[in-house]
Amino acid sequence: MTQAQLAQGQDPLLAVRDVSVVFGGIVALNGVSFNMHKGQVLGLIGPNGAGKTTLFNCLSRLYQPSSGDILMEGQSILKRPPHRIAEIGIGRTFQNVALFANLSVMDNVRIGAHSKTSSDIISDSLRLAWVRRSEVAVNKKVHELLAYLDLEDVAHTTVAGLPFGTQKRVELARALATDPKILLLDEPAGGLNHEEVHVLGDLIRRIRNERHVTVLLVEHHMGLVMSIADHVVALNFGRKLAEGTPAQVQADPDVIKAYLGSKDQ
Amino acid sequence: MSAAVEEVVTEAPAVEAVPKRAMTLGTGTSLVVLALLILAPLVVKNFVIFQLTMLLVYGLAVLALNILTGGSGQFSLGQSAFYAVGAYTSAVLMEQYNVNYALTLPISGILCFAVGFLFGQPALRLSGVYLALATFALATAMPQLLKLNFLEPWTGGVQGLVVTKPDAPFGLPMSQDMWLYYFTLAITIAIYVGAVNLLRSRSGRAFMAIRDNEIAASAMGIDVALYKTLAFGVSAGITGIAGSLGAIVVQFVAPDSYTIGLAIQLFLGMVVGGVGWLPGSIVGAAFIIFVPNMAENISKGLSGAVFGVLLFLVIFVVPHGARQVAIFCQQTVAKFRKR
Repeated sequence: MTQAQLAQGQDPLLAVRDVSVVFGGIVALNGVSFNMHKGQVLGLIGPNGAGKTTLFNCLSRLYQPSSGDILMEGQSILKRPPHRIAEIGIGRTFQNVALFANLSVMDNVRIGAHSKTSSDIISDSLRLAWVRRSEVAVNKKVHELLAYLDLEDVAHTTVAGLPFGTQKRVELARALATDPKILLLDEPAGGLNHEEVHVLGDLIRRIRNERHVTVLLVEHHMGLVMSIADHVVALNFGRKLAEGTPAQVQADPDVIKAYLGSKDQ
Repeated sequence: MSAAVEEVVTEAPAVEAVPKRAMTLGTGTSLVVLALLILAPLVVKNFVIFQLTMLLVYGLAVLALNILTGGSGQFSLGQSAFYAVGAYTSAVLMEQYNVNYALTLPISGILCFAVGFLFGQPALRLSGVYLALATFALATAMPQLLKLNFLEPWTGGVQGLVVTKPDAPFGLPMSQDMWLYYFTLAITIAIYVGAVNLLRSRSGRAFMAIRDNEIAASAMGIDVALYKTLAFGVSAGITGIAGSLGAIVVQFVAPDSYTIGLAIQLFLGMVVGGVGWLPGSIVGAAFIIFVPNMAENISKGLSGAVFGVLLFLVIFVVPHGARQVAIFCQQTVAKFRKR
C-alpha cells in the first residue's frame, strides 16, 4: 500500500481530536484522538464497554461529543445532522444489519444512492425526463455494485428472507452506493462463521484496493482486525490505550492486560 | 450477539408492508379494470352512477391513506379532517365566490397539502399509536371548528352549504351524474398514476426506507423529518381533492358529514384493500360503500352487527386484504397456464 504510506505525511482524511462523551456522570469516551489516512484500513479494538460503539456513533452523528472535534478533510462534521453525513463521503454499516426489510435487494442499494441524487415529489410523480435519466444512472450503478458483490441472483428478492451473510453483503453494497470516501464498519464479523469471516476480510481488502475507500473497522474479532488492518487503535474504559501497527498493538502490555487481565486484578 | 444494544436500529417496522414490485397491477389487469370503469356507467341507472362516483372518491381517499401508512409507515385516524378541508374549500369557493368547480380542485389540493405538511411537523415527535391518537384529536376537532360562529358567513355553520351540480361542458349529451362520473374517473386515474410513479421513485423509496428503518434511512442521507412531513402533505393533498370531488358529487357539505367515523371508514378501507397495495384502495372503498348496504338488506335492525360479522370474516379469511386475493388469483392463473 504505497499510496497509503505516501498519504501518511499529508493531512489526514479523518481526524478525531480529543473527543469526550459524557452520559450523565459516566464518561464513555475520554479525550480520544487519532488520525485516519487515505487508503488505510484502521482497526478500532477494545473489550466490551471500551467506547468503540460510542465513538462510532459520534462519527455517524447519532451522539454529540461533549468536547473535542471530528474533522473530515479538515472540516468539522459536528454541525451536520445525521442525514447530511453520507453526502460528505461517510458511509456505514450496522452491527446487527439494519436493512429495509420489506424492500428488494435492488431497492435497498438504490436507497444508498439517495444522497448522490436529487428529486422532488412533483417531478417524481410526473416521472419527468430528468427523473428518468437519473433513475437510469442509479440503476446502472446499482447493477454494477450488485455484480461486484455477487448479489445479482437475489436482486429482486425481498431482503428479509435472505441468509445473514448475504444481508451483510447487501449492507455493504448499500453503503458503497453512497460513494463513500470512508466506510465505517460496525462489527462486520459478528454472527459470521470462521469461513465467512475469512471471505469478509478478503472483501474488505478488495474494496479498499479497488474502490479506493478508506475503512474504519470496529471489531471484536481479533483475527480479522490483525489480518487486514494497517493501523490499530485500542480503547479501554473510554481512553486510548495504544496505537500502531497490528503487531505493535498486539505486543503492547497495556492491551494484553486489558484483554487478559493482570495478576494483581 | 448483543441484540439489546442495537435494538433501536433493528426495530421491526410497525406496518407490515408489501415489497414494491407487488405494489401495482400488471398492464393487462390494469387495462381490464380501466375498461370496466369506463363502460360501467353506460349500462346502469343514475343512482348506481352516483354510487360508482362515490366509490372513486373514497378510493382516492383510501389511496391517500395508503401512501401515508403503506408508504411511509405513519398512522392516521385524522383523514376525515383533510377530507373536510377539501370539501369546504370547494363548496365555499363555488358557492360564495363563483369559482369554477374544476378550478377548486387544485386549490384544495394545495391547501390540504399545506395543512398536512404543517400538521406533520408536530406529529414528527410521535409514532405508532401515539401518532394515531394525535390524528384522532384532529378528526374530533374538525367538525366543531367548521361550526365556529365567525366562519359562518362562509361555511354556513351547522346548516352547511348546498353545492350546485355542474352540467356537462361543451354541450356533451350526457347527464350531470354521468359527466361527474367521468370527470372524477379522469382525476382518479391521473392521481393513481402519479401515486404509483411517486412510490416507485427516489422520494417513494425514501418513504419506504423510513417505514422500514429510520436510523438506516438517515445514515443513507434521507432527511427523515422532511420526508415524513412530505408524506403527510401528499396524503392530505390527495384526501383534500377527494373531499372536493365528494362535495361536488353529494352537492352538500355539513360539519357532521366529516366526523371521526369517516376517518375510521377510510382506515378500514385501507386494511380491507391491503396496506401498501395501491390498487386495493378501490376494493377497500367498495367495501365501505357497498357492504353496509348489503348488511342492511340482510337485517334492517341488526345491520351494524351484520357489518361487524362481515368485516370480521374478511379480516379472518384474508388478513392482508384484497392484495392477498389478488396474489392467490395470480398464482392460480399461473398454475393453469403451466398445465
